[in-house]
Amino acid sequence: MSGIFQDRRKSMIALGALAVVLVLLPFVVGAFGQAWVRILNFTLIYVMLALGLNVVVGVAGLLDLGYVAFYAVGAYTWSLLASTQFDLHYPFWILLPLGAFLAAVAGLLLGAPVLKLRGDYLAIVTLGFGEIVRILMNNFDKVSLPWSDTVYNITNGPRGITGIDGMSFFGFKVRAGTELFGLQISGLQIYYFVFLFFAILSVIGVWRLQHSRLGRAWQALREDEIAAKAMGINVRNIKLAAFAFGALTGGVAGGLFAAMQGFVSPESFGLLESVMVLAMVVLGGMGHIPGVILGAVLLSALPEVIRYGADENVQRSVFGFVLIAPEVLRNLIFSLAMILIMLFKPAGLWPSPERK
Amino acid sequence: MDVLLQQIVNGLVVGSVYALVALGYTMVYGILQLINFAHGEVVMIGALSAVFSSKWMLAMGMGPILALLLATLLSMLICATVGVLIERLAYRPLRNAPRLAPLITAIAMSILLQQIGILVFGRNYFTFPELISKTPLTFGHVTTTPNEIMIFVVSVLLMGGLLWLVHNTKMGAAMRAVAENQKIAGLMGVDINKIIAITFAIGSALGAIAGVMVASNYGQAHYYMGFMLGLKAFTAAVMGGIGNLWGAMVGGLLLGLVENVGLIFVRGDYKDIFAFVVLVVVLIFRPQGLVGERVAERA
Repeated sequence: MSGIFQDRRKSMIALGALAVVLVLLPFVVGAFGQAWVRILNFTLIYVMLALGLNVVVGVAGLLDLGYVAFYAVGAYTWSLLASTQFDLHYPFWILLPLGAFLAAVAGLLLGAPVLKLRGDYLAIVTLGFGEIVRILMNNFDKVSLPWSDTVYNITNGPRGITGIDGMSFFGFKVRAGTELFGLQISGLQIYYFVFLFFAILSVIGVWRLQHSRLGRAWQALREDEIAAKAMGINVRNIKLAAFAFGALTGGVAGGLFAAMQGFVSPESFGLLESVMVLAMVVLGGMGHIPGVILGAVLLSALPEVIRYGADENVQRSVFGFVLIAPEVLRNLIFSLAMILIMLFKPAGLWPSPERK
Repeated sequence: MDVLLQQIVNGLVVGSVYALVALGYTMVYGILQLINFAHGEVVMIGALSAVFSSKWMLAMGMGPILALLLATLLSMLICATVGVLIERLAYRPLRNAPRLAPLITAIAMSILLQQIGILVFGRNYFTFPELISKTPLTFGHVTTTPNEIMIFVVSVLLMGGLLWLVHNTKMGAAMRAVAENQKIAGLMGVDINKIIAITFAIGSALGAIAGVMVASNYGQAHYYMGFMLGLKAFTAAVMGGIGNLWGAMVGGLLLGLVENVGLIFVRGDYKDIFAFVVLVVVLIFRPQGLVGERVAERA
């Protein structure tokens, strides 16, 4: 991030201020109700997802429209192994790495057959992969083997999995919240700090990766695959690495999502979700970490703010009646905003300096 | 065996609709290299406007065939206008932008059109009047309906007409020239903007017809119907080789066949997976699609 802050002293002050804001945020927001803290937490999840997808799309230039599949793998790993579904209750320090690992394996499984595909062909196959994962989750409530009649219910189908364990540290259950120095801290607020930790971890990880040998190889791949190959870059391996790393981040985010919500269903992992994460990456500024974070924050917070602003009561006080259903109005404004941003800032709101 | 024949017939009917929608995707892609995500929603608008206009026409005392024709024409007109407007407002300003910018715009446009669909028509499932008989006809062991026969025949005629238009007219030559190389086509005196607008108009009008067909086949229309239909049609276009008219037709028919024949072997819940599994398999062996040309790997 040296490009943003020119001298070291200023950047230290800015970082310090940012840290203070980030620590105080859940308490300020919490004063307006816990629902807003949940939105804040979702924003952090989206930051992680957008950062993960940014590695695949923004840095390596591989268009992935099924990214949410990896998020789903992480979420379902957690949900199946820590819930009443099979009465398994593994702790988070097994589940998060396992979810990340399985998601990365899924990334490799997707990556291997599509290595030869380019551009939009790749996009549509990844889209198909995402849909396949979602449909499987929808139908794995009645799995039977060809040689027997026993029907197994694995994912509970479209009804989703309920009764998922939250995170707990040494017997302390995060969801219950706590009291610290007389200050009431809710479970959601603790989750905020856990998510913040992982989000910062992703930022550092992605940043370090982007500026490593592998990251430069990815950028070479993005700019020109044939030239990259000619320079001795093993295109196959680095493509797989991009898919695996992106998927890994998604898997962690998925596990955190399941832990906070206590409920997952295939509905949360549709194509629209993948598209939203992609929009965050592109709208913010592909391949540029601060831009991607901005995109994620904007696109996850904007609909909620509009929902609040376009509330039925607000409309009633302005027009005297409900002109447009709030949900429709929200999507209307949201999609219009996306179109306008792209029309006026085709490279994203905060593009990386070399792409301007 | 009878089941197989029956499913082949069903597959051809569904597949011909996929092919029509796929043509809309592939024409735009051929010229702009843009996945026009909003095309499925254009189809939806075509279907819903036909529902309302044909009901109104029936109520005015028109015959069902005349009502169908007029309603379809009206839908084509509406959709062509919508298609041209989308291109003019959302895609043209981004013609030289980074590649993903128009894609995101197209996705946003798709959401926007869905909301407009809700505002104009409403959220309900609307029944489509039975304008062409759906009384089953039996040929040997295969059952079909006049409605299904009409869908298949009209689709084939339209596809033939489009091929003729693209390969045998001056306008078609201009379209091919723009697809080949925009800049050079412009230097040769082709009005690029006009040709692109015409392409959107034709693709959207075909989509409108496909929308009417889907609505009449299933007897209903809904603001969300364009999503899955568009996704599958696009899959079909990619499977055939995107940008290639023959590819869209072959891909569409093949997808319809695979889906319906596959139902014999696999439970219906997994029907939607077929499309994507077949797509992945096809692309692994032919990364350029079934009919697509091998594009030289350019630097």
